[in-house]
Amino acid sequence: MINMVWLFLIVTGIVVAAVQGTMGDVSAGIMAEASSSVELFLGLVGIMALWTGVMRVAEKSGLVEALSRGIRPVLGLLFPDIPKSHPAMGAMVMNIAANMLGLGNAATPIGINAMKELQKLNPRPTRATNAMCTFLVLNTSSVQLIPATVIGLKAASGSSNPTEIIGTALLATAISTLAGIAAVKTLERLY
Amino acid sequence: MKGCIRVIAMRLLIEALSAFAVPLLVAFVLIHGYKKGVKVYEVFVEGAAEGIKTSVRILPYLIAILMAIGIFRSSGAMDILLVLLRIPAGLLGIPAEVMPLVLIRPLSGSGALGVVSEIFATYGPDSFAGRVAGTMMGSTETIFYTTALYFGAVGIRDTRHVLPSALMADMAGVVASVVVCRLIFG
Repeated sequence: MINMVWLFLIVTGIVVAAVQGTMGDVSAGIMAEASSSVELFLGLVGIMALWTGVMRVAEKSGLVEALSRGIRPVLGLLFPDIPKSHPAMGAMVMNIAANMLGLGNAATPIGINAMKELQKLNPRPTRATNAMCTFLVLNTSSVQLIPATVIGLKAASGSSNPTEIIGTALLATAISTLAGIAAVKTLERLY
Repeated sequence: MKGCIRVIAMRLLIEALSAFAVPLLVAFVLIHGYKKGVKVYEVFVEGAAEGIKTSVRILPYLIAILMAIGIFRSSGAMDILLVLLRIPAGLLGIPAEVMPLVLIRPLSGSGALGVVSEIFATYGPDSFAGRVAGTMMGSTETIFYTTALYFGAVGIRDTRHVLPSALMADMAGVVASVVVCRLIFG
């Protein structure tokens, strides 16, 4: 899919440039963009490193587990057909806790593990269960506490207050997660 | 009057949250780690090295997507697209400038990051469009990749209601980003 989008942007751009006579701008633009993306990267890398450093400490000190204990009761309500002591529950809780802290690299393998555990409870192995769908929607509507990458990008672009979007993003993400839960729970009866 | 006070109170709360979140979380994590016997300095450095690796991994994607968007914008095609998107954007109450992000966000995380930095560069990171774009980037996710990855790993082919539900959550996030930014940043 992203292949199509990428090619579309480039081909459409060049066709439009040919029609509108802006090929010179495009030629200069390609070179400028390629070098400005490296400048952007230099601004981003420090903040990314800072954040992953702090979060590695959180991982090592058991903060993910502590957060997991907090969200487990809530998750129990969302997955009525998964036994509370089933390993799938533990893996899902850990995955969501890691996602909240922005530990994407740690969250993904745990999430896949959770899917494998959920698959063991699946009577029809090629068809997603209600629990799998709910888990996936929770994952895609991610409740991330600190959106570190975009803060880094904002700082790298010369923002006077890069962290100003933490509060707005948290509120927006809470709304999107609630909407996702409402949608997945309503639609599961129709499919 | 009451509604007005509520909006101001919420604005102050959100601003305080934004300002305090990073310092407090950093202090909390490090103190908690120290008390649990983690070698905080060494572990921080080790994690930071991982972050640099992640950034380096993002760089080629950033170059690819920024180059494509650069061609698209400098040719004038972006202006045409923005005019075409003005009507659907208006219906949803979304600034047309962030519509390209709305379109690419469910498809690709690195692509979306490229679009956000393009919006920051064109309109400014502290412009209304920049704030909405940043909020959106922090509150929505790449739906198709995550679905393919997680369901692919266990061989699920019938994904049932996942995509419609996830897209509804995404749209809610998009609209909420605009509404919240309008309330907080005015």
